[in-house]
Amino acid sequence: MSDNHSINTTINGEDYTSDVEARMLLSDFIRHELGLTGTHVGCEHGVCGACTVILNGRSVRSCLMFAVQAHGQQITTVEGMSASENDLHPLQESFREAHGLQCGFCTPGILMSLIPFLEENPRPSEEEIRAAISGNLCRCTGYQHIVAAVKLYVERDS
Amino acid sequence: MKPASFKYYAPESLEEALRLKAQYGDEARILAGGQSLIPAMNFRIMQPAVLLDLNLLAELSYISTKDGKVLQLGAMTRLNEVEGDVVIADRVSLLHEALPYIAHPQIRNRGTVGGNIAHADPAAELPVVALAMDSRFRVQSTNGSHWINSEDFFRGYFETAIDSSEILVEIEMPFLEPCTGWAFLEVSRRPGDYAMAGIAAVITLDSNHICRKARLVYLNLSDAPLDAKQSADLLVGEMQSNELIMEVAIKASEEEIMPMGSLHATVNYQRHLARILTKRALKLAFGRAKQT
Ligand SMILES: Cc1cc2nc3c(=O)[nH]c(=O)nc-3n(C[C@H](O)[C@H](O)[C@H](O)COP(=O)(O)OP(=O)(O)OC[C@H]3O[C@@H](n4cnc5c(N)ncnc54)[C@H](O)[C@@H]3O)c2cc1C
Ligand code: FES
Ligand code: FES
Repeated sequence: MSDNHSINTTINGEDYTSDVEARMLLSDFIRHELGLTGTHVGCEHGVCGACTVILNGRSVRSCLMFAVQAHGQQITTVEGMSASENDLHPLQESFREAHGLQCGFCTPGILMSLIPFLEENPRPSEEEIRAAISGNLCRCTGYQHIVAAVKLYVERDS
Repeated sequence: MKPASFKYYAPESLEEALRLKAQYGDEARILAGGQSLIPAMNFRIMQPAVLLDLNLLAELSYISTKDGKVLQLGAMTRLNEVEGDVVIADRVSLLHEALPYIAHPQIRNRGTVGGNIAHADPAAELPVVALAMDSRFRVQSTNGSHWINSEDFFRGYFETAIDSSEILVEIEMPFLEPCTGWAFLEVSRRPGDYAMAGIAAVITLDSNHICRKARLVYLNLSDAPLDAKQSADLLVGEMQSNELIMEVAIKASEEEIMPMGSLHATVNYQRHLARILTKRALKLAFGRAKQT
């Protein structure tokens, strides 16, 4: 009883036309159909935040959307953050310098949550930074270094 | 896990959505923000045969006001839009205060007002706020639309008065009256988690600071939002005092709420939380009522 749909999406500036089953999650579409494995999948029920991507400028859980719903939409994944594969975005630079990651599993989701947040609020307080990443679980860092990395970025950006 | 197969429709008008709902009835689930439905489908707790995705219906996404005293929300209005609205912050402050407690920013970017209400989770914030604010809900089918008062709307765990042929289309919430104080408070294990207990309080005073009207609605302390009428009635005709607040807090937490307990909070602990939250909320609401 498969129900297939043809969709057009723009991901990291590139247009894709694909045929997807209605039940395919956006996270699986991004990872398995497009091979963009930077988007991680931890829980598939909205709790961990690893799968966060940017949909039309806002961060959302890609495990809580169907790929068919991305028809006609603009999506950015962690691969689309920097100018090329060999460059890092300044926020990624700050994460590297301030040890904002250890295993890196949570990092793409955290970056995808922070990019729209920092665009809207370029000078956040520590409390605001913590609220912005409250929906992203990290099992390694204890969050201290993640917050420090964001502060470093904000300092350099101003 | 992955969702089971289903037939997907993304109607481009409300009319078309209503026609499909009439055709499929119980077999068809409405897909709003998907932030509760899709997790349930990923776990295969739910396996709807048909999904009607309302995300293309711009006509159901709006924040407007009527006669300068009633807030109107389209069912598909995203939670983050409500959070950022200045009129709501100013005139329906209880709603504004409750919003950041709902999940996380990424989930509020997608989740909708209608979805949060129609889902009718006893631990959800909006049903509690809607009841405390005497809201009403407009549901529509191919036969037309009608209003349901919040008192008649919530029927128990995940159950509402919405019929299988109907779609929730609009929520109306009156602005806070003059001389009215409010408070929304809850306790959860981590920010964004569903709360173990919570309260919405709304209190209206007269010019002598005597309480004219009071509403206390509890979150996750019954199988639906719990309107503690007897406890609230103790406030009417009285002035603020510590003894009065204590009496109300004890009555509500010992007699009126019906906590179920869970892995994270025993029934006794929930009663304890309800007592503390009632005291804090009443102090805050009285204080705010005196300032307005
Ligand atoms: C990690 C996580 C934490 C969360 N924490 C909280 C929390 O603390 N507090 C809280 O309140 N919520 C919480 N939520 C739930 C979230 O707020 C949901 O967005 C909300 O409950 C449902 O809204 P939705 O638009 O996503 O609805 P959906 O998931 O699309 O739908 C939910 C249900 O309502 C029905 N429905 C939706 N719209 C309509 C309509 N217009 N007419 C008729 N039926 C309709 C659907 O068919 C479905 O059965 C959390 C979710 C996640 C994933
Ligand atoms: S995989 Fe999507 S939130 Fe965990
Ligand atoms: S760095 Fe390992 S989970 Fe965050």
